[in-house]
Amino acid sequence: MALLEVRDLRLSFGGLKVLHDISFSVEKGAINSLIGPNGAGKTSLFNCLTGFYKPKGGSIRLGGRPIMGLAPHRITALGLARTFQNIRLFKEMSVLENVMSGQHCRSRHGIVSAILHLPSQLREEERIRAVGTHWLDFVGIAEHAHRLAGGLSYGDQRRLELARALASTPELILLDEPAAGLNEREKLDLVHLIRRIREETGITVLLIEHDMGLVMQVSEKIVVFDYGQKIAEGRPEVVRVDPRVIEAYLGSED
Amino acid sequence: MVDGATILQATKRPRLIRWSVALAALAGAVVLPQFVNAYVTEVATTALLYVVLCLGLNIVVGYAGLLDLGYAAFFAVGAYTSGILTAEFGFNFWLTIPVAMAAACVAGIIIGAPTLRLRSDYLAIVTLGFGEIVRIIARNLDITGGASGLVGIERPEIFGFKLMQVQHFYYAFLVLALLTAFVCLSVERSRMGRAWFYVRYDEDAAAGIGINRVSAKLQAYMMGAVIASVAGCLYAAKMTAISPESFTFNQSLLILLGVVLGGMGRIPGVVLGAILVALLPEVLRGAGTYRPLVTAVALLAIMLFRPNGLWPDKRV
Repeated sequence: MALLEVRDLRLSFGGLKVLHDISFSVEKGAINSLIGPNGAGKTSLFNCLTGFYKPKGGSIRLGGRPIMGLAPHRITALGLARTFQNIRLFKEMSVLENVMSGQHCRSRHGIVSAILHLPSQLREEERIRAVGTHWLDFVGIAEHAHRLAGGLSYGDQRRLELARALASTPELILLDEPAAGLNEREKLDLVHLIRRIREETGITVLLIEHDMGLVMQVSEKIVVFDYGQKIAEGRPEVVRVDPRVIEAYLGSED
Repeated sequence: MVDGATILQATKRPRLIRWSVALAALAGAVVLPQFVNAYVTEVATTALLYVVLCLGLNIVVGYAGLLDLGYAAFFAVGAYTSGILTAEFGFNFWLTIPVAMAAACVAGIIIGAPTLRLRSDYLAIVTLGFGEIVRIIARNLDITGGASGLVGIERPEIFGFKLMQVQHFYYAFLVLALLTAFVCLSVERSRMGRAWFYVRYDEDAAAGIGINRVSAKLQAYMMGAVIASVAGCLYAAKMTAISPESFTFNQSLLILLGVVLGGMGRIPGVVLGAILVALLPEVLRGAGTYRPLVTAVALLAIMLFRPNGLWPDKRV
């Protein structure tokens, strides 16, 4: 059974149809990509999957469980984490505090136990900090743990956002244009990092990306969008030569 | 790479200085009543009351980023609950505190649950209305003593010792202020405290990473309400008489002013702001009828030259 199963998903804003009956699935342990020209509806789809938009119809299942219509925090708690296209860090907080936010839905102590400094609360804090440090280390920015997130270089901010999403120990992670604004070297590092996510943690990856080279390099399956519709789906070498895809990107001859 | 020892040293030294300053300030606060007259002790007691209220409001405004313009309502809920229970029903003062806390929680849920889904500006208007509603209810009910207020509130006893004089209440408020600061500090550095900051800095990112924003805001709002209600209990016991005019919109504004003036989000700044709010009218007594003008100019100057408060959060 697929980890993520999207069936006939429809989304509209007023009279404007943004997504038309989208169906696709992501297998457990896969690295898949969504591509398409600007405005094709990729980020809207992510927003539907993560509960930020309320679709008009269809179904979304994560590990067999229906998640459509749930609030974003509930969906994260069920194991679906995301990053944002325009980096959305808590810039005024430390790098460590940022990554610790991922563990919020995996911990439970509240106000009263914090006031009483219960031993179990202190242990939990210790664990949250350890998990945070682990993921900072995983993406390679552990030495910046006590700096302000807003003060990191752009590439490191992207890594931190990734670490923060990973720290929620998801089953599936959605990356919204993780390579945007990165230079060639940083893109290579990113490819390496995405592969390590799957190999070392078993977390499934679904990404939106404009950089074709990167997409072709990392993904086993590509889903292509145009004007809110799925126009192609398949292995990179198949999608690359699909006439509908070429038309969507380059325009048809007539 | 910086090695661990250097980082430790770098963070330890300012912490040592900070704790020394805090201890010195505390020692000063403990001995103060021995050296000054009753008038100064009275003003200092008011300052401590504002410290408690500002620390409570800071949880709502400074931590969770919710603009609350009716905070005095929770102060009133505490004062009236305690006052009515001791004066009308003969309750022991100390037993009224948990009742007042529960009442503040209920009031916090009633007003917070439907409104905390709103974005900040709408929330400000709703809380403003709530503050006025509570005051007007207190004016019109029989049990609250109407416009003339509630009189004959019992003075609290502790181990057979009755709190009577200004000095006694000064120390009672000092203990409450310390307790509040400890509570705030503990929560600020915990999971829920961080969640409030996440929501304050980026609500959508917070939701995306798994934080229930409505629940986090509601908890901040309730915790602020509980602190105000405890301050209200002690205030009622000190005054022995309370009236709706102690809980006006002006009162809410003054508390908010203390939070913003000192530098919201950070405990030392908020304490400083609270003390200034209490002292300013006394210091400016000599200015006579020009007092409001001088106060306004002073506040404008502070906001122009220190927009993040006198002792701001280093993060901002």
